[in-house]
Amino acid sequence: MAEPVLEILELRKTFGALKATDGVSLTLMPGEIHALIGPNGAGKSTLIHQISGSIRPNSGTIRFLGQDMAGLDMAARARLGLGRSFQISSLVQEFSALRNVMLAVQARQGSSFRFFRPVMGDPTLTEPAMAMLERVGLAGRAHMPAAELSHGERRQLEIAIALALGSKAFLFDEPMAGMGPEGSKSLTKFLDGLRHEAPILLVEHDMDAVFALADRISVLVYGRVVATGTVDVIRNDPEVRRAYLGEAA
Amino acid sequence: MTNASLMTRETIVNVLLALLLLAIPLGASAMGEPFYITLATRIAVLALAAVGLNIALGLGGLVSFGHAAFFGLGGYAAGVLATHAFDGVPLFAGIPGTDSMPIIWLVTVVVCGLLALPIGAISLRTTGVYFIMITLAFAQMIYYFAISWPAYGGEDGLSIYVRSAFPGANAAQPLPFFLICYAVLMTALGLFWLLRGSRFGAALQAARQNATRLSAVGIAPFNIRLVAFAVSAMVTGVAGALFADLNKFVSPSMMSWHMSGELIVLIILGGKGRLFGPVAGAMLYVLFEFALGGITERWQFFLGLILLGVVLFARGGLLGLLAGKARHG
Repeated sequence: MAEPVLEILELRKTFGALKATDGVSLTLMPGEIHALIGPNGAGKSTLIHQISGSIRPNSGTIRFLGQDMAGLDMAARARLGLGRSFQISSLVQEFSALRNVMLAVQARQGSSFRFFRPVMGDPTLTEPAMAMLERVGLAGRAHMPAAELSHGERRQLEIAIALALGSKAFLFDEPMAGMGPEGSKSLTKFLDGLRHEAPILLVEHDMDAVFALADRISVLVYGRVVATGTVDVIRNDPEVRRAYLGEAA
Repeated sequence: MTNASLMTRETIVNVLLALLLLAIPLGASAMGEPFYITLATRIAVLALAAVGLNIALGLGGLVSFGHAAFFGLGGYAAGVLATHAFDGVPLFAGIPGTDSMPIIWLVTVVVCGLLALPIGAISLRTTGVYFIMITLAFAQMIYYFAISWPAYGGEDGLSIYVRSAFPGANAAQPLPFFLICYAVLMTALGLFWLLRGSRFGAALQAARQNATRLSAVGIAPFNIRLVAFAVSAMVTGVAGALFADLNKFVSPSMMSWHMSGELIVLIILGGKGRLFGPVAGAMLYVLFEFALGGITERWQFFLGLILLGVVLFARGGLLGLLAGKARHG
């Protein structure tokens, strides 16, 4: 079996008495979409935050491409290729969609301490950024300030940014949230193709999308992984049905 | 193309402001009114100090309440070096003083940069009101240090007997000195413009608006802000050196928190983050100081009212009123 791209071992995080992450272990394999589902408050976002580096775990190990992430901040992890989207869109509001993506291109080129050359006339920034916007279908809105984009467009823009980083793994936190059925459908199709570029750890409430996309599903309840398996296994797991899918056992 | 027309409008306003600032002293010189040349020089120097602060505050959102420290350091660099040159006494270890402006500016830039790095590195661990307070605290430390150093005048300040020299210009005369200050201001504005449009500027403005997003693409906001803080301090420092040469006097009051506040006021009046905001702000400020100051000693009360009006009704400052909303590519 291939080496996992992302490996999480016995991760623990408490907030006071609350065990937000209670001994979570999971892996993300090359080419897969690994969906993380669970009821509200199960600790899905907290887990994503710990992987991306915005929250420090109390104990446990996160390995990305074989490297221990302990002690690396969010920016350092992003530079290694851990691309994320946020549960609530997090963009540079006054910048246009294009400039938001250009920032990621610039970061990937590793060159933010350049003080004189104007970015807007720099094809090494504008061209790759435009290409990413085209891929997610936002090219027509390239010059619109992020603040003026619709909710769905902002989600698309977040994904374009993650793509522009040349990420080696994606952490997507509810990318479908608030999208209409059409938007969800086209994003589902897009993510389906994306897995071959880099594996995706997907937190999502839209069960149609999860069942359509996931190679494996992990179910998180009260900070614990109660089950991991293929779509069929999870659908038929009695404990999952009881704890999450809301059916009487 | 509303964007393009707004840009043109702001450019026109900027050019007009630049020409106006140049026209005042030229006209005053022709009419033999050197006082107005001094007034215009004061505008240029204060504007330069605010251009420096505008890098940190306007672009980076770093409300430094301690930039007077760098303004004063520039002033003392000019005063101390000129005094040693005048007296013919070496500074230390046989290094002589100097009355050459370019060398004084170079020393200022180095000193301010070297001091801004540790001050920034500590202050930038905090944000918001704590950042404001910690920059204030550092500036007050330097202020009291200047007060308690009798060798350079202590509380009384230090007189500069002969204004420092600039190669190829008679800087002792008001008009050539104005032109020197004006040229430095225009250079600083050019640097600000380049900086704002560059990769560094993009990262700095992103750090102001959404630092988490900047981290998520792999750029550490701290490093960007620290460099911006240092560059900002250097520019404000050079303004301080010119201010000392303008008044032929430097005192700890240049470093007091009043001065820090004044620089912030200039930026708010003119329009923060705007290229010519500091110029418009300094023009307004000096105009009030001169016009209202002639009528009442309590002119700052009226300045306060105007500032209140700007903050409540015209967030974009004078530039916002003249040139419309700021444009972001």
